[in-house]
Amino acid sequence: MRTSAPTGWRPERRLAGAMAEDASGARNAPRREWPLWEVFLRARSGLSHRHVGSVHAPDAEMAVRHARDTYTRRMEGVSLWVVRSNDITAADPDQAGQLYEPSGSKVYRHPTFYDLPDEVRHM
Amino acid sequence: MPSLPTIQPDVETEAHARAAPGGAFDAEAAGPAPDGIADYAMRLGDDSLILGQRLTEWCGHAPNLEIELSLANFGLDLFGQATMFLELAATAEGRGRDADALAFRRDVLQFRNCLMVEQPNGDFARTVARQFLFSTFQLAELEALQRSTDSRFAEIAAKAVKEVRYHAELAAEWVIRLGDGTAESRRRMIDGLDWHWRFVDELFAPDEVDRPLVAAGLAVDRAALRPDYDRSIAAVLAEATLSRPVYPRAMIGGRKGHHSEHLGHLLALMQYLPRAYPDARW
Repeated sequence: MRTSAPTGWRPERRLAGAMAEDASGARNAPRREWPLWEVFLRARSGLSHRHVGSVHAPDAEMAVRHARDTYTRRMEGVSLWVVRSNDITAADPDQAGQLYEPSGSKVYRHPTFYDLPDEVRHM
Repeated sequence: MPSLPTIQPDVETEAHARAAPGGAFDAEAAGPAPDGIADYAMRLGDDSLILGQRLTEWCGHAPNLEIELSLANFGLDLFGQATMFLELAATAEGRGRDADALAFRRDVLQFRNCLMVEQPNGDFARTVARQFLFSTFQLAELEALQRSTDSRFAEIAAKAVKEVRYHAELAAEWVIRLGDGTAESRRRMIDGLDWHWRFVDELFAPDEVDRPLVAAGLAVDRAALRPDYDRSIAAVLAEATLSRPVYPRAMIGGRKGHHSEHLGHLLALMQYLPRAYPDARW
């Protein structure tokens, strides 16, 4: 059973194959890591997705499967998001001072000067 | 040699079996005819049990952490199915055994799993090939088993079918990525599929145990599943840019206890602890 050369037109698939190639004992194969993906889960009864960790995977479909296998072993009915770590832009923690502190001393930005009705939840 | 797989249909008649001279190999066939339902349940349970055991051999050795968890999860799913089917078999045979006794106290000749699941893991691609070819079949079998006239089988099937759907899908995803990957992953994927292709026919081969059960609507008509199976396999292979393997002859015999040499070694490892400490409880 020998077919034509692999099409290779999906670069992520080559990456998946490369990882397995390392795994199956190919000698002198350069170490190559799969991209890293951040995983966000919302439990069935939850309101918002929470960051639960990360997985390595060659592409988005595999990332969902790996995240499901890794992070949903003990729960049902979750909503699962995966995002490439590289696509996440985070604020620089060293700049926390100038980013966040000024808000702390601005009491007029806090809605504390009126009573919330009981019917309003999740405030 | 007792452990050679049967490579032609087994034409041994019942009379011949009863008249067989004493000896461990022949004694099994000369024993009391097993209850059809118990034997059928044992086949289903043993398939899951042996495949689960094979997958646990990857523990600590998988290519990476994510695959480790995937394979371990599959193994646990399969052990859950095995427990249910073997409990059903133990109840049906009425000999005072339970699922543990069936799993840990039977020897090679009494196991009823197909030959495919006892094959060694090999490399990851070979494991993927086995999983892909078996889980695609098992999914079709369980989907049909949900309509069994025996509600015990139908319930187990309803529970297991969701797990096995995931097994089949993930295995197919891996076949595609390894097949349409690098030259090396492709070669290993082709080798894995070539190796296991000889064990596919056995999955669909009917015999005298399940024919009456199929007629009664209890068991699945496995031969009828073959066309859809071929279509599913072909679709995945096409996306993986692989062609259908070809093998000159099919290996059969697992359903009669005629296993390959691999099963003995697998059971020696799996059964060592319960046999060494038979009174252990936890």
